[in-house]
Amino acid sequence: MTVIFSVFLLTFLMVTAIAIVRTANLFVAVMLSGIFSLLLAANFFLLDAADVALTEAAVGAGISTVLFLSALAMLDERETSASHNRTIALIVVAVITLAVIYATFDQPRFADPMAPVHQHVAPWYFETTRELIDIPNVVTAVLASFRGYDTLGEVFVVLTAGIGVLFLLDKRVPTGRREREPQMEPGGLRHYLIPRVVGRLLIPFIVLFGLYVQFHGDFGPGGGFQAGAIVAAGVILFALLEGENRALEVLPRGVLTGLAAGGALLYGAVGVAGIVMGGNFLDYSVLSDDPVVGQHMGILLIEAGVGMTVTGTLLSIFHAFAARGRF
Amino acid sequence: MDPLGIYHYWAFAIILMVGFYAVVAKLNLVKKLLGLSLFQAAVFLLYITMGKVEGGTAPIINGDPTGQLFSNPLPQVLILTAIVVGISTTALGLAIVVRIREEFGTIEEDKVRELERQ
Repeated sequence: MTVIFSVFLLTFLMVTAIAIVRTANLFVAVMLSGIFSLLLAANFFLLDAADVALTEAAVGAGISTVLFLSALAMLDERETSASHNRTIALIVVAVITLAVIYATFDQPRFADPMAPVHQHVAPWYFETTRELIDIPNVVTAVLASFRGYDTLGEVFVVLTAGIGVLFLLDKRVPTGRREREPQMEPGGLRHYLIPRVVGRLLIPFIVLFGLYVQFHGDFGPGGGFQAGAIVAAGVILFALLEGENRALEVLPRGVLTGLAAGGALLYGAVGVAGIVMGGNFLDYSVLSDDPVVGQHMGILLIEAGVGMTVTGTLLSIFHAFAARGRF
Repeated sequence: MDPLGIYHYWAFAIILMVGFYAVVAKLNLVKKLLGLSLFQAAVFLLYITMGKVEGGTAPIINGDPTGQLFSNPLPQVLILTAIVVGISTTALGLAIVVRIREEFGTIEEDKVRELERQ
């Protein structure tokens, strides 16, 4: 049954991908890519990746679609140029597709427990997570503790990308002689009663769910990346319904950039605290007398840092795009 | 031959190359970015597919793990962070496209090149 369902989903994914590339209307392409992300999230869930499905649904289907749409507001909706060197591109693509498909015949069968991927570090993670870290969600344990360096790097990539977007799009006067921003009409969908009423009902629960995902990430699917994306999606929904200025009153730009930078700082500080307490960088075991409690503390703190950076960066990016569109 | 056993890999190959085609052949910059995200999504799909174990469940250990089978957590960790990094870099790309539109008045690559040459 599951096999039939995943074949169905994968076929739909391929059809959607082709439709995204073929349509000349960019608005349609962006909406299709939202559908693509939702199908991909369902597929991840079937493949036992609950954490990844949560992230893809919040980021791919939610935030990515909104960002593309707010960029499209400043761009032309239709693609005008014909494809470039279409025949050559099609031949190259066809040849590579066939080569990759030929290579898949040597791949281990789908879900084969004896595949080489499952023989190396995965068993070690399962054995030592209970012993050293003792939290149920192995994904969080690997993300925050065993591969803490990697995650630190990712957080800084997210922060750097956010800084890049602000440099490119932010038109505000440099600090020191900042003028008051022009008073704008309260925009958004204020005049549309049904989205507004339904949205108002939903937003508190979305944010609450984001916090649950943040702090329950040790025990169930969740963690800083997912929670950051969910909270950001909730605030973006608020901005769409009530107008962007109302959202900025609740969470001003300074707070958002502070969150983004502060989260990365918190993560790094936990790492340095490990050195100060006599361990290695990002070694949480020394944070408390009991190494397991130390691990719990470290994971909680760095997940909080990740959540802050992701929320702050995604919302700063959204506001940068939205503000640019009004000038 | 078991076609269902490798269908996931075929889907990966096709989505990957559909995305690649958009990056190479399309001249519209937003289309190129959408193609790049498709390319990325295909790689995500490949990793998560490889982590699945027959009869396994999500890698969350509740109670006694003996006799339970879990899928591989490592590819999930890698892709989880990659998704969020992916949206940040896509946003950076979109910001550059918006600036190009403001400078050149178009987001079609051939027209931008023409204007550059003048």
